Amino acid sequence: MATITAPSRSTTPSRGTGPSRRTGPPHRPRPWTPYAFLAPFLLIFGTFVLAPAVSGLWMSLHNWDFFLPDRPFVGLQNYVDLFTPDALVAQQFWESMRATGLFVLLSVPLLMAIPLGLALLLNQRFRGRTFFRAVFFAPYVLGVSVVGLLWQYLLNGNTGLVNGYLAELGITEAVPWLTATPWVWVSLVGVTVWWTMGFNSVVYLAGLQNVDEALYDAAKVDGAGRWQRFVHVTIPQMRPVILFVLTMTVLASANMFGQSYLLTSGNPSNETRTAIMFIAEVGLEQFRMGLAAAMSYLLALLLIVISALNFLFLRQKES
Amino acid sequence: MATTVVPPGSTTRPAAPRHPAARRRRDEATGRGVVGTLLLYAMLLILSVLILAPLLWMLSTSFKTTGDATALPPEWIPPAPTVEGYTRLFADAQAPLLRWLGNSVLVGVLHTALVLVTASAAAYPLARMRFPGRRLMFALIIATLFVPGFVFLMPNYLIVDGLGWLDSLWALVVPGAASAFGVFFLTQFFASIPAELEEAALIDGANRWQIFVRVVLPLSKAPLATLGLLSFLGSWNDFLWPLYVLFNPEQLTLPAGLATLRGAYATDFPAVMAGAAIASIPVLILFAFVQRFVIAGVARSGLKG
Repeated sequence: MATITAPSRSTTPSRGTGPSRRTGPPHRPRPWTPYAFLAPFLLIFGTFVLAPAVSGLWMSLHNWDFFLPDRPFVGLQNYVDLFTPDALVAQQFWESMRATGLFVLLSVPLLMAIPLGLALLLNQRFRGRTFFRAVFFAPYVLGVSVVGLLWQYLLNGNTGLVNGYLAELGITEAVPWLTATPWVWVSLVGVTVWWTMGFNSVVYLAGLQNVDEALYDAAKVDGAGRWQRFVHVTIPQMRPVILFVLTMTVLASANMFGQSYLLTSGNPSNETRTAIMFIAEVGLEQFRMGLAAAMSYLLALLLIVISALNFLFLRQKES
Repeated sequence: MATTVVPPGSTTRPAAPRHPAARRRRDEATGRGVVGTLLLYAMLLILSVLILAPLLWMLSTSFKTTGDATALPPEWIPPAPTVEGYTRLFADAQAPLLRWLGNSVLVGVLHTALVLVTASAAAYPLARMRFPGRRLMFALIIATLFVPGFVFLMPNYLIVDGLGWLDSLWALVVPGAASAFGVFFLTQFFASIPAELEEAALIDGANRWQIFVRVVLPLSKAPLATLGLLSFLGSWNDFLWPLYVLFNPEQLTLPAGLATLRGAYATDFPAVMAGAAIASIPVLILFAFVQRFVIAGVARSGLKG
């Protein structure tokens, strides 16, 4: 469950956002009862979430190499290295951050807009709605590995179906979809849209179906056209859902790994090697885990700030 | 739109038609004209082709000879159908596809079960009991919702290594099972269940555990199904973690295993597509049967979130 990590406002009938304060139990449970219920979760949570959050920070302050017996404390040196312009690791790290940033900038607008269009289409009343909804969602259940293998074949420069059809259309010069910029970005973004647009559409669609019909009727009475109803009714009503999809999509795109790994292997010359890919390479292939941990924390901090800004920005507009 | 519109070219007809419904250019149920409906279906059809064509191409290629797989212009029907791609793959001990499929299913089911049990048990006291430390625990759990998963990558690798779980499926089942989202999601739901239902059971002498199992859980089938589906999809699609913690071909899950085909069968497209087909067809068939359920689950996650 690494993908869904964005809570926002609740639309359930429950009061408040936290555990309910109003519904106390009629009888006090035995003092250890709640802890017994919580114990299995807390065991896993403590071992694989809380402990690593702290030990990762500790690792990032050491020259932690998996294969070295000594892992000396180096203070903030790992972080300093990442901000030293001459250091190779800093250059590679920021190049990978650039790749991730570029992917976020290119993919998020498309992954926000296209699924919204799809959801509006699917929100119409027509025969076969369930069927089409399932078709659009289907690529998502395939997983990144199938999607990667499939598109690596389809986008192959010499023998791929895409270039095959382009040649039929008279474009005889093979497009290097997987080997040269800017085509690699078109491919990575396009494949990601193909793969995940159905997921976002379904989330949007649920939001659309929750919009009060009376608001549309009122807008119609006021003489609002289709577009005006979309701008003045649909969008404001959907704001919480849009915020949720945005936060989720930014995080998912910032976590991009599989598409680059499978389709381009980070090529050409590491231009599509994303931050996650680089962190995994440094930490889990070269086993310079302290440095990789430092990079993780830096990226995480950045993402938390971006999520918070998203949230504040959209909240502000709302009020 | 209850007004009857007189269609053009019908001026000679009586002004008051007998069957006004037949005269309407707009369908009252959908609010669309014929052109609108045609346009809608045209768009849906084009999009469906874009989604389905690659999958059909995958299937078609898996039954081609290596030569035909790269022939231009593209042939959708294999000119010389063969199952050699499949037999080459199945003969390869380094690529035990069905084993990978089994591993993925096993990991997905165990992981999902663990998420459901731990998250629901944790959410119940957080929603319904008062005890010291509750606020702190809830705050901690919520706080981790905002921390991206890759932060835990390096330390968890060491922890899993310390437990002797490297190259074992346990490394995939347990570490991600502490679902902060699940606890948050279920706490919200449990708090919305009327307390009267539990009070009645308490008066009947039920203890907390019995109330949880017999009253709360049966009322929570929908959110549990949502959480279960999201957990299973997450586990099924997990790629980076299995890629690095599993090594032996026998131990791999489908995503990690398929990635190894890329190198070994770089130019053998029928074999690679056969692998992709075996990995996707059972899932797509299963999805066809439970799609309403899956989509409802995903939809609900957004509404709650």
